[in-house]
Amino acid sequence: MKKQWQILLNGIFRENPVLILLLGCCSTLAISVTVLGSLGMGAALTFVLVCSNIVISALRKVIPDKIRIPCYIIVVATFVTLVEMVVKAYMQTLYDALGIFLPLIVVNCIVLGRAEMFANKNNMIDSLFDGLGMGIGYTMVLTAMALVRELIGAGSLLGKQIIPEEYTIRILAQTPGGFFMFGCMMALLVWGLDRHGKKFKPEMGCDENGCSNCAMAGSCTSKEKEAAN
Amino acid sequence: MLMKALSIMFVMIFTQNYVLVQFLGICPFLGVSKKFDSAIGMSGAVVFVMTLASAATWTIYTYVMVPNNLEYLTTIIFILVIAALVQFVEIFLKRYMPPLYQALGVYLPLITTNCIVLAATILNVDNSYTFLESCVNGFSAGVGFALALVIFCGVRKAVENARPPKCFEGLPITLVAAALTSLTFMSFTGMAEKLFGG
Repeated sequence: MKKQWQILLNGIFRENPVLILLLGCCSTLAISVTVLGSLGMGAALTFVLVCSNIVISALRKVIPDKIRIPCYIIVVATFVTLVEMVVKAYMQTLYDALGIFLPLIVVNCIVLGRAEMFANKNNMIDSLFDGLGMGIGYTMVLTAMALVRELIGAGSLLGKQIIPEEYTIRILAQTPGGFFMFGCMMALLVWGLDRHGKKFKPEMGCDENGCSNCAMAGSCTSKEKEAAN
Repeated sequence: MLMKALSIMFVMIFTQNYVLVQFLGICPFLGVSKKFDSAIGMSGAVVFVMTLASAATWTIYTYVMVPNNLEYLTTIIFILVIAALVQFVEIFLKRYMPPLYQALGVYLPLITTNCIVLAATILNVDNSYTFLESCVNGFSAGVGFALALVIFCGVRKAVENARPPKCFEGLPITLVAAALTSLTFMSFTGMAEKLFGG
């Protein structure tokens, strides 16, 4: 049980999917406008992540290595369709708030990345806790960003007006504010880790360091391509 | 008809740019914008696949899914179509157009999991576009992505030579630069309505 607890905490803090692994940026930036939307998106993603992790882990010996990415996508798409139907049927406001980003969980790098990095190497119980930890970690970052963006950008919290509208910084609730907030949050994390004597430099993209610190490593097949050439 | 197509084009490239206004396809936007060559290669692959995917998914949706009441399977069928299409395009290019394959090859597998392709195809059917409008929408969304990627590639070069505070080094300052780049695209807001009488 101790090991599972470790895996859970690992997903929430040490390997936080958004801030440390730099996965799933699109939905993080887009959804973190309202706290309610963030919690809904977090719950939807956690559900999909846990279910797909369990199924992929159970099938890890059956899925042929060559076509594993399409197989993962089918498993994930099944659960996303499930969530989509439930949300559309019972939570119309949430469905409108999430919009296109609900079906886009299918191609969310966190889900595919964890399938590739964790679920296809570990047993079902461990994968369940990994999915749960990653989901909670994602939800936490999303909600923290949404708190600032909703409070300062729109002057409200959970839909209730707190700061009068003429004193808000509207740009924070719009697109540039999303990028800006995310950058600042990451800088804050680096600063905090630095004070505790830990080095962390967030980087992303194909560069001389190879795929080790690229967010797309999970779902990217170009490294195998390079090896094959 | 032409007006509508032009209007879709303008909106998708400038006012509703997928990357800088709607937060779609951020991963490749940040991941592949380091080098100009790879930015061009990725953009080319995205434009190509998005146009094809829009055409393919529209046809399947209208002639297979709607008559059989399968609209609720949109997500799962579309992602399968896109995955198969990307695979097919890869094989086809490798066999018949080796130079193009050389240029786009590495980026093709990345596109299956790129959210803008799936988003474009889903939004096509959500907006109930016609076949031609869907193709134009897919194509111009791809061009919008290319524009954002190329612009940001230049911005990033300048940012990399700068010396930000230590904790901002790497991705954080890149994100702040992205914020400023997307700020410039906000200036297009409302222009489509003026130009095309939306």
